[in-house]
Amino acid sequence: MRNAAKIWAIFRKDLLVELRTKSAVNSMLFFGVVTLLVLNFAFRSLEGSLRPALPGVLWAAFSFAGALGLNRMFAAEKENSCLQGLLMTPADRGVLYLGKMLAGSVFMLAAEAVISAFGMIFFNVTVWREIPWLALTFLVGTLGFMAVGTLLAAVAVNTKLREVLLPLLLFPVILPVLVNAVEATGIILDGGDYGGLKLPLSVMAAFTLVFGVVSCLLFEYVLDD
Amino acid sequence: MIKVRGLAKYYGRFTALRALDLDIGAGECVALFGRNGAGKTTLLRILAGLSRPSSGSFQIKFPGSASGKGAASPRGSRGRIGYLSHNTSLYPDLTALENLRFFAGLMDAPADEESLARRMEAVGLAGREREPVRNFSRGMQQRLAIARAFLHDPELLLLDEPFTGLDRLGFDVLGNYIRRARGAGKTCLVALHDLDLGYALADRLVVIEKGVAALDAPKASLTPAGFEERFRKIMEGGHA
Repeated sequence: MRNAAKIWAIFRKDLLVELRTKSAVNSMLFFGVVTLLVLNFAFRSLEGSLRPALPGVLWAAFSFAGALGLNRMFAAEKENSCLQGLLMTPADRGVLYLGKMLAGSVFMLAAEAVISAFGMIFFNVTVWREIPWLALTFLVGTLGFMAVGTLLAAVAVNTKLREVLLPLLLFPVILPVLVNAVEATGIILDGGDYGGLKLPLSVMAAFTLVFGVVSCLLFEYVLDD
Repeated sequence: MIKVRGLAKYYGRFTALRALDLDIGAGECVALFGRNGAGKTTLLRILAGLSRPSSGSFQIKFPGSASGKGAASPRGSRGRIGYLSHNTSLYPDLTALENLRFFAGLMDAPADEESLARRMEAVGLAGREREPVRNFSRGMQQRLAIARAFLHDPELLLLDEPFTGLDRLGFDVLGNYIRRARGAGKTCLVALHDLDLGYALADRLVVIEKGVAALDAPKASLTPAGFEERFRKIMEGGHA
């Protein structure tokens, strides 16, 4: 089987398991929507439009939900020592990384679609025309998040404190993606100059590429004990 | 085929292996014994490439490699090693067939439905292909794990307490598989607690105690009673 087929096999397996258990996406959705709701109530006491707060609120909800999803995804690999079975195959570790990273990205994007719909309702924002730009920003931001998150979740999964350790490791590293994602989402929701998206999207894409390649190479070493 | 020199593994302050030396020839079947925590699993995990040694070295040399030398790194060996432990490494939410198809694909083994059905039949699970593994009993899961571990017809079998949880049928399936593998000249390293079973299966007996090989003897040099006696002495802290 070629590497592309192996990446697809891992991606498809994660998707099948998730479709049957719905454990990652359900917990991501629940956590993300509750975060939105709490922040929405908190900001209501402020005067003026809530619209400027929405990009930050959305990405806070996405990133908390994403960290939760990553933990769930790797916890499933620990059940019955499935990860050990994966590691005993001759598949390149980069292949395992890419399969899991793509599956995690799809789960997170699915959760983001629902969370952002709730966000628009809670914050009373209409965005029909901006949807393609928002989708692009969410896609690039999510790939950046998962490029690092998949590697760090693999580091955390072999520790006793994995649920606590992952956010502690992940959020400081992912900060450049989050800051630029918030900025890009803000530009889109302001309906202003889309030319301004070039810089944040480029930074996120470069981050994804660099950390994706580094993580792909390091994945072999973080999975051993 | 396997050369282990001064192998040590530490988990914090706990010493799992301490300067272990071991040589295993091609086609040999070696039974590893020892109390819980003696280092059997650690040794098998290191040889399987699942864990890195803290110090020391090991080499796995597969016969008939293209280079003529045949020494393979843990990375290069993976496709030629079958590792089976009491953990099944099966996805409980996938069906038996989906599990086998997934692992066969990653192992570059035949993944067509017919050959996978044959694998299922060989472990006594014919007709259960489309059931989720979660619905299987512990013994059935272990039988499916046997089919999974040997999908790629490995040259080296690393078996860590593989009989755990097996019913009579599973016991026979695995026992026959090991005997057939031995007949085909494959190398086998199996960690066990059952002295009689290990004696019956292997042609060399190794007892690991406190991270080193306290006994390493060909089966032919020991009677079952003699082996049991020496094993007991080692466990009691005496000399073998």
